[in-house]
Amino acid sequence: MATDTGPEAARRTPLYDLHVAQGGRMVDFAGYALPVQYRGIIAEHEQARDRAALFDVSHMGQARIVGARAAEALESLVPGDIAGLGAGRMRYTQLTDDNGGIRDDLMVTRLAGDASGDASGDALAIVVNAACKDDDFAYLGTALAGWDCSLEVDESSALLAFQGPEAAAVLEAEIPGADGLAFLQGDLFHWRGAPLWISRSGYTGEDGFEISVPASHATALAEALLDSEEVALAGLGARDSLRLEAGLCLYGHDIDLTTTPVEAGLSWSIGKRRRAEGGFAGAGTILDQLRNGAARRRIGLRLEGRAPAREGAEICDAGGAPVGRVTSGGFGPTVGAPVAMGYVAAGHAAPGTPLTLTVRGRALPARAACLPFIAPGYRR
Amino acid sequence: MPTTYYSEDHEWLRVDGATGTVGITDHAQEQLGDVVFVELPEIGRTVLKGDDMAVVESVKAASEIYAPAGGEVIETNGALEDNPAAVNEDAEGDGWFVRLKLADPAELEDLMDAEAYAAFVDSQS
Repeated sequence: MATDTGPEAARRTPLYDLHVAQGGRMVDFAGYALPVQYRGIIAEHEQARDRAALFDVSHMGQARIVGARAAEALESLVPGDIAGLGAGRMRYTQLTDDNGGIRDDLMVTRLAGDASGDASGDALAIVVNAACKDDDFAYLGTALAGWDCSLEVDESSALLAFQGPEAAAVLEAEIPGADGLAFLQGDLFHWRGAPLWISRSGYTGEDGFEISVPASHATALAEALLDSEEVALAGLGARDSLRLEAGLCLYGHDIDLTTTPVEAGLSWSIGKRRRAEGGFAGAGTILDQLRNGAARRRIGLRLEGRAPAREGAEICDAGGAPVGRVTSGGFGPTVGAPVAMGYVAAGHAAPGTPLTLTVRGRALPARAACLPFIAPGYRR
Repeated sequence: MPTTYYSEDHEWLRVDGATGTVGITDHAQEQLGDVVFVELPEIGRTVLKGDDMAVVESVKAASEIYAPAGGEVIETNGALEDNPAAVNEDAEGDGWFVRLKLADPAELEDLMDAEAYAAFVDSQS
């Protein structure tokens, strides 16, 4: 039986002491000591689906791109429509490479007014994956310099994800006005003298918020939210099962340099203008796949039995011929059954297609399924 | 009176005459977290000490369970199919995995008793 490797050498987030005090089982994740769970993954998963769960996602990379041509500069690196973002609006996109592969996926917000800190120009806030952030920031720093833009990495803020159907009411009581945010909108708030950037967003498939808070106030804010009976802490384990059920990609597993946004089923994140104009890294491949289709597709997989299929399991067609591989898989607590995502040759991607997943030499029956696996609770 | 032995792989083996019942320890279930599936061996299969005998799937990961002693599988806990959570709720009771007809009593000699196992767990944390 494998046990987790120790987090001793890992960096600590501003909430480290709170995690330990609350019984978090600390593991090393992308170089950070973070809790994989507190009470149990299923209980924490249900907490986010039914009530409100608080996650520490301070390991993620937070930065700003500042300069008059910030949107134009970032658009050279991502296929998403950044210039079209209104003030305080955010969007999901990908940093692509010249082959159309995905260097990382990220959220981009257009800041405005007080929050931009630069009245004369433009400022974008980005949040990138922890495991990619050093590479991303080095890459962005170099690429943006040519556009007279600067990258300002924020090392002094924690990031909390506050997710679930009760999150809005609890946050509104603590920070009046927060519930006025629309889905994928952010704004600047103040709490006990500290500036908070709050957005209505998250990665669980539920309504919820992400809160960038100065490290000095992070624990106090977490404790204030945890004072509500509706709220409990949740760890990385639940974060993973929630995003899997929500059909959301995990970088390094479901998407990476070998997958394009089109293959990954992320074409919805490529705006109409960008499709027409191109002008981003990998546009040749990506626009060709948008027009002519990709040879393989990311799909959802529902298993018929109770045994889960994990990352790496081979996907075969009804005749037993290999057609792809699982990239994420496990038990879906809300679905109540094992679910997975993976890539298959395009001809096998239609929902309902019978497939098998090879687990420990056995062919487990499964079907291609629509994503997400759950009905999202986003407040639009 | 049955005697319970423990392995360094966190399995328990309750020996009653020539029969041994195997499961994972309470410490092991706590480390694994919520168990969602247990793959059990076929009845009649002969396992050697240390063989992969079963697989426990938690939400997080799959873990192999090794035979703490060799023998023939004579019974498996079919109740785990519908209620794998029994492994979390009662790891050293209702959450048992298999019963073996033990091949060689000498194989029990390097297993631990409850006290030695508790000390082993402490030494690991």
